[in-house]
Amino acid sequence: MNEVALLAAATIASGTPLALAGLGLLINEKAGVLNLGAEGIMLVGAIAGFAAAFHSGSEWIAFAAGAAAGMVLAAGFGVLVIWLGTNQYASGLALSLFGAGFSAFVGVQYVGRKLAERSTFEVPVLADIPFLGPALFKQHPLAYAAVLLAVALAWFLYRSRTGLVLRAIGESPDSAYSLGYAVRWIRLAAVLAGGALCGVAGAFLSVVYAPLWVEGLVAGRGWIALALTPFATWRPGRVLLGAYLFGGVTMLQFHLQGAGVQIASQFLSMLPYLATIVVLALISRNPAWIRINMPASLGQPFHPSA
Amino acid sequence: MFSPAKRFWLRAAALAALTALAACGKEEPPPAPKAPAPEAKAPAPPPAPFKAAWMYVGPVGDAGWTFAHDQGRKAVEAEFGDKVKTTFVEKVPEGADAERVIRDLAVQGNKIIFATSFGFMEPMLKVAAEFPDVKFEHATGYKTAPNMRIYDSKFYEDTYLAGIIAGTVSKTGTLGFVGSFPIPEVLRNINAFTLGAQSVNPKIKTRVIWINTWFDPPKESEAAQSLLNGGADVLLQNTDSTAVLQTAEKNGKLAFGWDSDMSAFAPKAHLGSAIVDWSNYYKKAVKEAMDGTWKTERTVWGVKEGQNDLVKISDGVPESAKKRIAEIKEAMKAGTFEVFTGPVVDNAGKERLAKGAKADQDWKDKVDFYVRGVEGKIPTAK
Repeated sequence: MNEVALLAAATIASGTPLALAGLGLLINEKAGVLNLGAEGIMLVGAIAGFAAAFHSGSEWIAFAAGAAAGMVLAAGFGVLVIWLGTNQYASGLALSLFGAGFSAFVGVQYVGRKLAERSTFEVPVLADIPFLGPALFKQHPLAYAAVLLAVALAWFLYRSRTGLVLRAIGESPDSAYSLGYAVRWIRLAAVLAGGALCGVAGAFLSVVYAPLWVEGLVAGRGWIALALTPFATWRPGRVLLGAYLFGGVTMLQFHLQGAGVQIASQFLSMLPYLATIVVLALISRNPAWIRINMPASLGQPFHPSA
Repeated sequence: MFSPAKRFWLRAAALAALTALAACGKEEPPPAPKAPAPEAKAPAPPPAPFKAAWMYVGPVGDAGWTFAHDQGRKAVEAEFGDKVKTTFVEKVPEGADAERVIRDLAVQGNKIIFATSFGFMEPMLKVAAEFPDVKFEHATGYKTAPNMRIYDSKFYEDTYLAGIIAGTVSKTGTLGFVGSFPIPEVLRNINAFTLGAQSVNPKIKTRVIWINTWFDPPKESEAAQSLLNGGADVLLQNTDSTAVLQTAEKNGKLAFGWDSDMSAFAPKAHLGSAIVDWSNYYKKAVKEAMDGTWKTERTVWGVKEGQNDLVKISDGVPESAKKRIAEIKEAMKAGTFEVFTGPVVDNAGKERLAKGAKADQDWKDKVDFYVRGVEGKIPTAK
């Protein structure tokens, strides 16, 4: 039983960076902007966070640095695709490749460096509950922040007026524009928010999860986060669940090996990605699931004159 | 690290300048080939330094495998001073690029080239055939050529020593091993680790998780976490980062450093570091290449030659284990102790080495089983 609790705990830890990045990308996409640069932003956030933690010793400064770095990259991307109308797919891919190279370049001096000791966090009282305590209440504070963020985002998107405007811009930027909303600025704000969350997710990986810096640390998690939004049919709660599902599959492959289950480890290594494809294929079988929630203008440039 | 490339461009630029000079200076007499007129009494010009190059699979700052090789390269520089000029290329992927890099290094005039990853074997073999005057050295491989030889280390002597500590301090009786790829080298390490532990506690079990990579810290720590969750309380790894050790530290469990002294990364969890010191071999190889005594052979050194060791053994390790390690090390140095001495029984109960027999190199090259006490099956085993 204890083993199951620990597996659950590891699943949540593994899913948290995916959830943070996935929710960030959800904000992006709800406003109609597809940012394929998530992987690159996470990498730059990771090295910025690691460097900040290394020099300051504070992980909260590290998360702030990760968020700031993510916003800087996202701002560049936002200006390109929102004002200059460059192709979102190409710009995002370029950003992803740029982030990978740039983070490796500035990170050279941090390879093999060690961060100061961190104190572990436990939720008072609740952490002592048998089974549930070790499973749920000994996580890093950011793990709880990710859950709160999903709840807050659900409220924001579907219950608040600003969220309605954001969604309207994602559905029909022309209509929103004719109603007098600053479509481009709101899109930029959404892109910045997405970049900040991706940056925090990267910093979480390098400062809390690994905790160390190497080139390519993010190792494809940005792409999984991107797959999470269609996987979740653009609903915040489902993004969170999807993140834990992927985290769980990742941990399960090691858990099964440790438990002596006779499956080739190479096969287990590909499970998370196989799961992505299977779920996407299943969702796509029912177009209504996608169409109801997918922002209609996703990936399309907006020209106010048009 | 780009100095070879830089030199190439400098050379190209010089050549271009010369060509231009020759072209526009037709009226003038062409520059004499022995341009700097030798002064009668001048001493012979100092001989050009002997050029040696290293090609690494990882970054030199990895605190592990590549770092250890680069320490060896620095030892060569320190030993030979001006007589040798060393260069290195880091982070070369095991693939098509490797061949190009090796050829580049040969073209640049390096007389001896070391490639330090298993996957560089085939590319090096190919390039070696094109440059018969250059000596090629490949770490951890098994193929040779008239101008290419191989060298390796007895890591399993390290892991046996580590096993003695692990078997002594483990409370749960379960050890964990984060493995990279199920190749003979890694299987030897797992087996020796287990045998070492069983030499002090026959009931010890080892669990293995394969991550199919040499270097991926998040994956390494996830695997380590799984092993700890499953009840292992002492970990060893065959992967190159500090992640496993740091995961043990985070969980209040114990682990070892690998390839280099990693004690600074986990003051509480660190039991000792299994290290490899390539400097003696590199000095020998470069010297042989310089004075012409280099010949194709296979060198496998271990504790005896000072190439492997378990260092920075933690103060918390019981005296009994320390004493036993000291004894075994002495015997290894004297050449009287062989880790794989029969009877060696695999975990399916089959005898792999008869009672009293000592494993030879060929036997060790073909290890494809877990010894008794290691749980599970090797992923690629049929």
